[in-house]
Amino acid sequence: MCVAVPARVISIDGQLAEVEIGGVVRQVNVQFTPEARLDDYLLIHAGFSLHVIDEKEAQETLALLAELPDGEVA
Amino acid sequence: MKHLDEYRAGPRVKALAEEIHRQATFPLRFMEVCGTHTHAIAKWGLRQLLPETIELISGPGCPVCVTANTDLDLAIAAARLPEVTIATFGDMVRVPGSHSTLAQERARGSDVRVVYSPLDALDLAGSAPRRPVIFLGVGFETTAPTVAATVLEARKRGIDNFFVLSLHKTVPLALEVLLELGEVRLDGFLMPGHVSVVLGSAPYEFIPARYGLGCVVAGFEPVDILQSTLMLVRQAREKKPQVEIQYRRGVTKAGNEAARRIMAEVFAPAEADWRGLGRLPGTGLVFRTDWKCFDAVSAFNLTVPPGREAPGCRCGEVLRGVLRPPACPLFGSVCHPEAPVGPCMVSSEGSCAAAWREAR
Amino acid sequence: MKSSSFPWEYIQLGHGSGGRMGHELVEQIFLPAFRNETLLRLDDAAVLPGGAGRLAFTTDSYVVTPLFFPGGDIGKLAICGTVNDLSMSGACCRYLSAGFIIEEGFPVADLVKIVSSMAEAAREAGVMVVAGDTKVVNRGSADQIFINTAGIGFIPEGIAISAVNARPGNLVILSGSIGDHGMAVLSEREGIRFHTTLKSDCAPLNGLVAAMLSVSNRINCLRDPTRGGLAATLNELAVQSGVAIKIEEGLIPVKEEVRGACELLGFDPLHLANEGKLVAIVDPAVADDVLKAMRTQPLGREAAIIGAVQSHPPGRVMMKLPTGATRIVDMPLAEPLPRIC
Repeated sequence: MCVAVPARVISIDGQLAEVEIGGVVRQVNVQFTPEARLDDYLLIHAGFSLHVIDEKEAQETLALLAELPDGEVA
Repeated sequence: MKHLDEYRAGPRVKALAEEIHRQATFPLRFMEVCGTHTHAIAKWGLRQLLPETIELISGPGCPVCVTANTDLDLAIAAARLPEVTIATFGDMVRVPGSHSTLAQERARGSDVRVVYSPLDALDLAGSAPRRPVIFLGVGFETTAPTVAATVLEARKRGIDNFFVLSLHKTVPLALEVLLELGEVRLDGFLMPGHVSVVLGSAPYEFIPARYGLGCVVAGFEPVDILQSTLMLVRQAREKKPQVEIQYRRGVTKAGNEAARRIMAEVFAPAEADWRGLGRLPGTGLVFRTDWKCFDAVSAFNLTVPPGREAPGCRCGEVLRGVLRPPACPLFGSVCHPEAPVGPCMVSSEGSCAAAWREAR
Repeated sequence: MKSSSFPWEYIQLGHGSGGRMGHELVEQIFLPAFRNETLLRLDDAAVLPGGAGRLAFTTDSYVVTPLFFPGGDIGKLAICGTVNDLSMSGACCRYLSAGFIIEEGFPVADLVKIVSSMAEAAREAGVMVVAGDTKVVNRGSADQIFINTAGIGFIPEGIAISAVNARPGNLVILSGSIGDHGMAVLSEREGIRFHTTLKSDCAPLNGLVAAMLSVSNRINCLRDPTRGGLAATLNELAVQSGVAIKIEEGLIPVKEEVRGACELLGFDPLHLANEGKLVAIVDPAVADDVLKAMRTQPLGREAAIIGAVQSHPPGRVMMKLPTGATRIVDMPLAEPLPRIC
């Protein structure tokens, strides 16, 4: 329903930030995520940041895979 | 690319697929509500990795597909206004209304520009202050806040030649209508991850409570979708339907309050016309009185006669999950991506376009 | 580039007339750039020595927005594109013509830049521009500048390259990373704009093809995946040869920045244009030699075998995915559009 991609904050100035994905840089508006800081990964949709990606949750999601019978390869 | 590649790794995908094969010992049918999931499932060939016991069917979550022909005709009427610029996401350009597409209107002389962000559309308006720019506002709760914020920005910058044709739709009530119809037997939902970034997972609680169906809010990479499917399988095995979040790196129970606040400041809920579901109260977004001056419909007195459906097109049933794309008599014969009859074959998120890529 | 004596800042209708303004344009901008004996004669037709063997002849028109993009411009494109089309027949490229349709008011400085990059590309490719034409049209009747180039080359004995020649068992070689040109151009488009160090891969491929043909003439098909990208090219080859092509996603070189931009805009790298890459379908017995020869060339350093030709189902392109599944690679419908949903 909506494409959104994780991109890293490389500079931030008030409501505007520059984010980078794969070396490509785009200016985005971060008013919905005022907590965003340098090096955070943001979920970007249509030029806006909608969420600061939670690193801990990301790691825990992946850790769950290791509990699968063949998960040690993961 | 961090937060993407980890969720695409072959061994993880394989381990998940194998576990699903072990656990899905009886037939299960899940609906992926979101068109981006439909697209990802096709792009990564995930259906081939699932056991035959699991059927994934697409729901009403491709914004372009659920836009009714009358609304598409409004967009085309806007494009036919003299001396205006239409700014739109690329998704809308080739979708057929009753008689035309934006691509055809552009060929006939309309100024139709593709933008990546509504802010890019605002910049177009700012750079040519005399020429009205009408932004086509399609999308669900993920997109609507970005459009609302752009309208706020327009007022802040004093740009008065920027307008929005708001065709936005909201998801939870539409799911309730779908469930009330009871046309499709389901065993659970893969919930739209990016809508839920804004809404949180709380609005889905009525689904297990009232309909006894599990909901897993899913991310969009292969590992996300398979892990979510596995979670639904487990819920079904344990007969404990509930709302779970697989996409925890992006979604919380509460969602993004700041985004919802701005959306609610600019837009009020209203009736919306859904292809396949009809006119549903409270599932659309119209400008509140304070912001009415940005409304393209009133600013330009846009009116169109009721839209006409293409003869034989059954996109409506496809969007309700009642009809599988290959079962449509038009599928592959007269309707294919090069000559699409309905929007589900045009949009790369449409279930017919996805089925076309997978099935042959 | 000698243009300081050219007294005009903007192209006017008169520059397309047969009068003095037209002559000044030819003599002060085109001739110094493309300088060769045939052209300098200014005859109505270029008269050229005949060559042995078969002739290859092609034409293409170039329109691009923006005119100048990272890694190239419309001029470089107009030379490389036609040289590459000739090269894909195995021909040795010799002569080009260049026709310009210019919108009234086009800045002379931009024309000089475009012509000089054409001259540079022609030198790099070792071809001569031996005929030319200029028309100037009223403002609004063209979008700045359009260029047509046609080219002639000679095909050496023993070479039979055609899109109909792919056979089951043949291997598919790609000369390098895909999508660079498409993304470099898109990054400059209004309404999409993003920053990248990506450059267009625009380059003449005749040197690379010569290196390939020097090790084997068992190269069955050659094609440069321009508009429509790798997806379109492979589909054309599959349909024209009546075969299936099966590629593997993990073997296709894609630059990280192209991947990033594709994620951002919802694009498929297989649909993006390239202007300095080729696909070769070769006999498996010579594939390694051809690959080795390609990798010695600057434009083929990243060359890789990305798949193979099968008999069934004819006309179909399939791709093995990192998930272990396979999907159909369709012919792209039209130019890709950024999507948010």
